[in-house]
Amino acid sequence: MAFATSLSSGFGIWDPLLWVIAIIIGLVIAWLLWRSGVSSYKKDTEQTRPYLSGNAEPPKGEVHIRAGNLYWGFTEGIKGYYQRIVPLHTGIATDYLLWIFWVAGILLVIVMVV
Amino acid sequence: MIPGYITTNAPALLIAVPLLGAFLSPLIGKISRDARALWVLAVMTLTALIGYLVAFLVYTEGTLLYVFGATNATLAVPPDSGGIPIRIIFTLDAMSALMVTIAVTVGFAVILYSLSSDSRRSGLEAYYTIFLLMIGAILGMVSTGDLFNFFVFLEISSLASAGLVAYKVEKGRAVEAGLKYLLVSTIGGIFFLFAIGILYGQYNALNMAMLADMIQWTPLDKLALVLVVAALAAKCGAVPMHFWTPDAYSMAPSAVTAMLVVASQASLYGLFRICFTLYGITLNYATIGWVIIILGILSMIIGVTMAIPQKDIKRLMAYHAVSQTGYMLLGVGVGLAVLGDQALLNSYGMTAMEGGIFHIFNHAMYKGLLFLTAGAIIYQVGTSDLNRMGGLGHRMKWTMIFFIIGALAIAGIPPFNGFASKFLIYESVFAFSPLLSIIAMVVSILTLASFVKVFHSVFMGPPLPGNEQVREAPRTMLIGMTILAAIVIISGVFPEFFVQNLIAPAAHALTDQAGYISAVLGGA
Repeated sequence: MAFATSLSSGFGIWDPLLWVIAIIIGLVIAWLLWRSGVSSYKKDTEQTRPYLSGNAEPPKGEVHIRAGNLYWGFTEGIKGYYQRIVPLHTGIATDYLLWIFWVAGILLVIVMVV
Repeated sequence: MIPGYITTNAPALLIAVPLLGAFLSPLIGKISRDARALWVLAVMTLTALIGYLVAFLVYTEGTLLYVFGATNATLAVPPDSGGIPIRIIFTLDAMSALMVTIAVTVGFAVILYSLSSDSRRSGLEAYYTIFLLMIGAILGMVSTGDLFNFFVFLEISSLASAGLVAYKVEKGRAVEAGLKYLLVSTIGGIFFLFAIGILYGQYNALNMAMLADMIQWTPLDKLALVLVVAALAAKCGAVPMHFWTPDAYSMAPSAVTAMLVVASQASLYGLFRICFTLYGITLNYATIGWVIIILGILSMIIGVTMAIPQKDIKRLMAYHAVSQTGYMLLGVGVGLAVLGDQALLNSYGMTAMEGGIFHIFNHAMYKGLLFLTAGAIIYQVGTSDLNRMGGLGHRMKWTMIFFIIGALAIAGIPPFNGFASKFLIYESVFAFSPLLSIIAMVVSILTLASFVKVFHSVFMGPPLPGNEQVREAPRTMLIGMTILAAIVIISGVFPEFFVQNLIAPAAHALTDQAGYISAVLGGA
């Protein structure tokens, strides 16, 4: 009963311990970089105020990019796909049942014919 | 160490304890809320211990039989029955044991979480009764070796789940979701019952081993299989029968949603059990295998692409649950497609099945964890609308950490467990069809993109107006999440241990139809 051996798929090998070691090394490097930062940094002072070309900084809550604005480009890019797929999700219970009957019917034809 | 009568009767206790606990729960609740909470926790702890005992016995001693009503619990075929196993028989092999392990582990974490997350609600006496009934029904589904008994537990699970989905009411929206779930479950149940009738009419038996020994792939057998596949694929949320999933998963209390994932997986188990154990190589395995693969691919693609534009955190996660079910269908479907070709089965079929089955285990853990984190967020913020969340990472650090663990796992990022199972699926499915493997990888990338969106929307940025009073989730909720997060990490860092000791035996149990039959009928 080995705990720390690599996982073999028959085609390749995956050793999670190597990855863990890599993550630890990465974290150490990140910590060293952080540590070499400006030591005089003070939170919530003029140092941390963003410069917006001289404009006043809007309230923090208003600059947060909300979920509805994310991946707009992706959904717009495959708009044609979504225009076909989303309307299928009607939310009508009888439609849900109809899909089950359709699948059963198609399956029956496939199983009987093939 | 453990009394013999407990080990002998463990399969029966596995069902009896949650059922007894369920019906006594309202009475205990009359004493006080704390007494009921303690009672429910004690019942679930005992159920979990019995579940682990059953799994241990199966993995160490082989297939476990329990014959209800017999003088000897392992006497499947009485001498005067004409060679027919006439009683209800629980037949627990390694696949069943794995499902029992999943159900009791998630059940325990979820009950613990639920003690806080649902403490503000009314009607808790019904809530815990139905919750324990649901857990008992799931355990029954994965333990029984009798088709009609499976149907009974499927119905109990469906009714209990529908009741829990509708539990919050939510101005009628939760009730509507519960009704939809009930309708789909009822049609699935009727399909399944028809299939049982067809098989019973032909073979005069309900025991799966007995049926497997006699089945011939007649046109009626084909019709029965079609009905079973349609019913159980709908119950596990495979596209295009997945429409109930976002409704039910998003409206149920989060603890219930985590358990609904396991209930769906119990249906998936039923699908695999009937395809492999009942029909085996008598069916047209290449055709049925491809049918399951196509259902899996559709589920993966449509699930993830529908998840991306969602603005409700639980609805988004529900679509991802559909998508992840696709991986399980793909992995096990590839195994089924090459079931009759021993060389291909050895070359990549078994690995694909191991990947699919490992993904069932992993998905139950990380998806359960993600739904629990969503529940903790909703519990504190009071909304499931992602557009009204932001900056919660400042105040809900532990929940954020658990979310990161779950999100990285579902996206297949190493070293979490989702990667280990996807690794097996990618590599083995590539040997079967490179295109399918590439689709699986692309879906993983889209999954990561979707969860990056959730992470940014919920945890990043400044605390939004109205969220200033948000605090970390209560301790018992955090403990529930910790249990699942720990399993996600451990099974990701030590995947070989899980594959060798839990997953590979389960995959072999599914393909070993002769072994299953002889375990039940061997003494006939």
